[in-house]
Amino acid sequence: MIRITTVILIGIVLSGCSSNWGWYVVDPTKASGWVNLKFLLSGMYYTILLSLTAILISVVVGLLVALPGLSDKPFLRRLNQVYVEIVRAVPILVLILWVYYGLPQVTGLTIGVFWAGVIALALSDSAFQAEIFRAGIQSINRGQYEAAHSISLNYVDTMRFVILPQAIRRILPALGNQLVYMLKMSSLVSVIGMSELTRKANELVVSEYRPLEIYTILVLEYLVIILLVSAGVRWLERRLNANEHN
Amino acid sequence: MTQAQNGNPVISIQKVSKFFGAFQALKDTSLNVKSGERVVICGPSGSGKSTLIRCINRLEKHNAGKIILNGVDLGDNKESMEAIRTNVGMVFQQFNLFPHLSVLDNLTLGPVRSRKIPMEDARKLAMKFLERVRIPDQAHKYPAQLSGGQQQRVAIARTLCMEPKIILFDEPTSALDPEMINEVLDVMVELAGTGMTMLCVTHEMGFARKVADTMVFMDHGEIVEISPPEKFFKEPDSQRCRDFLNQILQH
Repeated sequence: MIRITTVILIGIVLSGCSSNWGWYVVDPTKASGWVNLKFLLSGMYYTILLSLTAILISVVVGLLVALPGLSDKPFLRRLNQVYVEIVRAVPILVLILWVYYGLPQVTGLTIGVFWAGVIALALSDSAFQAEIFRAGIQSINRGQYEAAHSISLNYVDTMRFVILPQAIRRILPALGNQLVYMLKMSSLVSVIGMSELTRKANELVVSEYRPLEIYTILVLEYLVIILLVSAGVRWLERRLNANEHN
Repeated sequence: MTQAQNGNPVISIQKVSKFFGAFQALKDTSLNVKSGERVVICGPSGSGKSTLIRCINRLEKHNAGKIILNGVDLGDNKESMEAIRTNVGMVFQQFNLFPHLSVLDNLTLGPVRSRKIPMEDARKLAMKFLERVRIPDQAHKYPAQLSGGQQQRVAIARTLCMEPKIILFDEPTSALDPEMINEVLDVMVELAGTGMTMLCVTHEMGFARKVADTMVFMDHGEIVEISPPEKFFKEPDSQRCRDFLNQILQH
C-alpha cells in the first residue's frame, strides 16, 4: 500500500518537472512559496479539530441511538429506525447549509462556522455510527448477557463492562472507516467559510492562479492525514486483540 | 418421597408453566428444594430441564405458577432481583467467560460491581476460589489461553465469588472433551461436600450417584419422576424413566 502510494507520488512530482507545472508557488526555498505553503498547511488545524470533535460527538450520539434499536420494545426500535432513516437521507452538504443558514432562523441563536460544521457532520455521521454500533452489539453472543445476568450486573454495567468492550473491538475497523470519511467530508464545510484545508487551497488558487499545483498539495495533505489515521487504527486493533484469540 | 422432608424449602416451584411462542416448554411443573439439597435433573433433550433451572434465576420468565425463592415470590421487581443476587449462581454449558477480561477480572467484576465489595477484598476472594478450583496460577491469563476444563473451573470460581447459597449447573460438562470432564466433576463433588445447595442438569450418572440427594427425571416439559438415587437407578416408577436410563447407561 505505502509503496504503491510512494510510487504514484514520485510520479506526480517528477511529471511536475515538465513545463506544464509551476511548482514555484509552493517552493519552500523561495520566500513567497514558503509563505504560500505555510498558508496551505495552516488549514490542517481546523480540518483535524473539526473532524475529531465531530466524530467524538457522533460516536456518543450513535451509541445512544443504537441502544433503543436493540430493545425488545417495538416503539423504541421504531424510534431508532426513524432517526437513522431520516438523518441518513440528507446529503451532508445540504445539512451543512441548513444548519448554518437555516437553524439560526428557527432557534434565534447564531452559530459560528466551526460549530455549524461540527453539528452537521456529527449529526449526519451519527446515523451511520448507530447502525455500526447496533451491528457490533448484536454480534455479541447471548451467553455473555446471561453470564452478566448470573453475576447480577445491571443493564448499564453489563453494557459498560461486558458488551461494549467486546463490541467496540469488533467494530474498530468500521469506526476507523468513519473517521477517514469524516476527515474527507470536513472539506465540505469550506462552503460556509470554515478556514480548513480546502478553503485555504481555494483562497490561494484565487490569488495565485495555479490550481494544479495547489490542489495537488491539497490532495497530498489529505492523503498524509488519512494514512496516519489508518496506521493508528491498525495499531489500536493489534493492541486490543493481543490477548484475545477468538 | 424426599420432598416430604421437614424444613421450609429454599426453592419452591409451584405449577410453573413456560411457553416459547406456541410451544410449551414447562407444564405445571412443581419441585421443592431444601437448603443444602443436591438435585440432579436428567431427561432427553428438549424435555425442559434447562428451562426449569433458568426460571429460578429469571433467565427465563415463567408464564404461570409461582417460584418462591427464600420466601420471595419471583417476578419483575427489585425484591426478586435482590433475592436472586444474594442466593443464586449459575454455571453454563458454554462457560460464558468474558473473553476480553483476564481470569482475575472475570472473577472480581461481579463482587465489585454488584456486591459493592472493595477491589482489594474482591481480589482476595477471587484468589481463594481459584485455589479451591485448583488454578490459582492462571489468574492473569485470558480465557482463550485456557483449556475447556480450566475455563469451566474459572466459571465455577466466578460463580463462587458471588457467594451464592444455591448454584444452578446447566450441563456443565457437555461442551468438554472427555479427558477434561473429570477435573470439572471433581470440583463439583468437592463443592457438594461444603453444603452448597445444587441443582444440576447433567447426564453424568456416575456423578449423580455420588452426590445427588434427589434425582429428577423430566420428559416433554413435565417432571415424571422424583426419587432418591438408590431407588431412581434401581427401580424407577415410570416406564419412560426406565427407558431413558437404559439408553444412557447402555455403554
